[in-house]
Amino acid sequence: LTVRPAWGFVSPALIAVAVFFLVPVIAALALSFTDFDIYGVADRDNVRFIGVDNYRRLFETPVFWTALANTTFFVVVGAPLSIAVSLGAALLVNAQLARLRGVFRTALFAPVVTTVVAVAVIWRYIFHTRYGFLNHALGWLGIDPVDWLGDPRWAMPAMIVFAVWKNFGTNMIIFLAGLQSIPGDLYEAARIDGAHRTQQFRFVTLPALAPTMLLVTILTMVGYFQLFAEPYVMTRGGPAQSTTSVLYFMFEEGFKWWNLGFASAVAFVLFAIMLAGTVLQLALARRWSRP
Amino acid sequence: MMRVPAVAALAALCACNDPGTTTLQFWAMGREGELVPQLIAEFERDHPGIRVDVQQLPWTSAHEKLLTAFVGDATPDLAQLGNTWLPELATLGALAPLDAQVAASPIVRPADYFAGIWETNEVNGTLYGVPWYVDTRLLFYRRDLLAEAGFAAPPDSWPRWLDAMRAIKTRVGADRYAILLPLDEFEQLLALGLQSGEPLLRDGGRRGNFRSAGFRSALAFYIGIFAEQLAPVATQTQVSNPWDELGRGYFSFFLHGPWSIEEFSRRLPASQQTTWATAPLPGPTGPGASIAGGSSLVVFRRSPRAREAWTLIEYLSRPEVQRRFYALTNNLPPRRTSWEDPRFAHDEHVQAFRDQLERVRRTPPVPEWERIATEMRLVSERAARRVSPATSAAERSAIVDAAAAEIDARADQILEKRRWILARQGAR
Repeated sequence: LTVRPAWGFVSPALIAVAVFFLVPVIAALALSFTDFDIYGVADRDNVRFIGVDNYRRLFETPVFWTALANTTFFVVVGAPLSIAVSLGAALLVNAQLARLRGVFRTALFAPVVTTVVAVAVIWRYIFHTRYGFLNHALGWLGIDPVDWLGDPRWAMPAMIVFAVWKNFGTNMIIFLAGLQSIPGDLYEAARIDGAHRTQQFRFVTLPALAPTMLLVTILTMVGYFQLFAEPYVMTRGGPAQSTTSVLYFMFEEGFKWWNLGFASAVAFVLFAIMLAGTVLQLALARRWSRP
Repeated sequence: MMRVPAVAALAALCACNDPGTTTLQFWAMGREGELVPQLIAEFERDHPGIRVDVQQLPWTSAHEKLLTAFVGDATPDLAQLGNTWLPELATLGALAPLDAQVAASPIVRPADYFAGIWETNEVNGTLYGVPWYVDTRLLFYRRDLLAEAGFAAPPDSWPRWLDAMRAIKTRVGADRYAILLPLDEFEQLLALGLQSGEPLLRDGGRRGNFRSAGFRSALAFYIGIFAEQLAPVATQTQVSNPWDELGRGYFSFFLHGPWSIEEFSRRLPASQQTTWATAPLPGPTGPGASIAGGSSLVVFRRSPRAREAWTLIEYLSRPEVQRRFYALTNNLPPRRTSWEDPRFAHDEHVQAFRDQLERVRRTPPVPEWERIATEMRLVSERAARRVSPATSAAERSAIVDAAAAEIDARADQILEKRRWILARQGAR
């Protein structure tokens, strides 16, 4: 009896989810089994139902594997680095001895709220082979200039440096909230037991942060898999497609070349990969958190 | 203060209901869209029954907006269209044929237009647009550095050009170069590839023709420049400001379009203004062809105001209006008559373009062209990164042949849908 009015209350939200989320997702899935393209826009008769051909062709496309390798490299190297930097920054800002904590918190969070297009221009100059600050600084250490954005081997590391700088602030704030919720008497007890600083970090801070860490890891991994804006504004996927990510590849197929059927297939493959990654992380977290 | 635009908007709305007035929707891109209203004022004075509503689209999203407008049944009456996009929209059936209007027009006379530019508006023998302004690529070079290397005049053929580049490279040493060919742009290789006159696609645009002797020799020339380190292995984003770099002598040759004239005039100091010049593009054996680029004016098939839209196109095609358009935007006019003006005759930088425009060639008129050109760029970029002075002649020619075959394979794959559609149309 109480169920029916409840449906009435949630139905506006359900209808919105169905219309703006479910229907487009189902339509995209259907689209991924066709060769819908610019000719299909002209005349629906030009659309062929091709079954799993898009997926088969996708796995035969070398650029897709390049893009997947680039994205994986970005996630595997970039995400842990980003989490480590975020945690480090959070610990520094949270330290009892730190002064002007408000100022530092704001300064370290600032890159997150800046526009990626605007800071990309600045970073392009920092990475510039002949005039860039980075190579200038490396020169003091006696290191030869690196062609950051022009050398296919260095473009992705440069992208990781840029992305970590741009994004670590968000995770820092989440870690900060986690750190502040750790009761002070735990540290007190640890000190009485004779634990020094690194032991306190290892046996008090890290275990207490575990739920936060899980959340941050999943969010960062999902976010880093969706690498797009950085190569789009910095390198346009180049040089020699070394910064083409899966999402960038999908964008080019879909919105530059208008191969919407093929692009939908890319989207579903990326979704499957991210889902698998998240499930794996959850499973690992469950195993580790078991007493 | 806020009420003034609202009142103006209301007035514009009311104009639609006024039985005597027709309002044309005109979409124009970038700077043209910003400045063309200055020409429209006079048109509206001469044609009291027609109002023109100019919508400015940014170039980066214009292509997407045109396609969504077509799908959403919201196309304007007329628009400016980059002439490489024209085959695509014509294939969609979005554009109205203009053959009858041109045949009856006292103003738009095809013979007065540069032939290569006019052709870009024809798809399968039907005319879908009228050229508005032209754009092509040619040589910008450092006159003083070329003279120091022993060349009094700019090169007019590939062998002389190569000699000049080698002489410059010998003088400037390892840290500087003879030419800039940004690896993230396809226009440079495309211009060279069009020069032989052999078509880039064969069988009526069904398959790639990049293994033809003509394209392969262009690719070999292009790759050779990188192999001899006459050009830096660099992208546009790395050089970031090619105009200043030409001024600094980082390179002495630069293939670019007409808008670079303004950039050089503005960016280089007064003392350097006599050091740079323009020259037509050298070809395999003598002055060569270049790309027929630019924008056209098109009428949309769904427009109920096609007659009024054509009146506006005729007005914008008048030589004196084209000259004023040049004064406003620096866009070069597509008609020979429009060039008969002291303003062009006394400008040596622009004269090279006048010369080049008699030798421009269209790219293949298929909707897939831009994608094929992008694949051509990706494959040639990879090849350019594989060669060095240590690469032997045999290895180099193997790399060139493999790259040409690879471009053909990719073009054939992209054109699969087109082959299917043409076969089906043939069967009907």
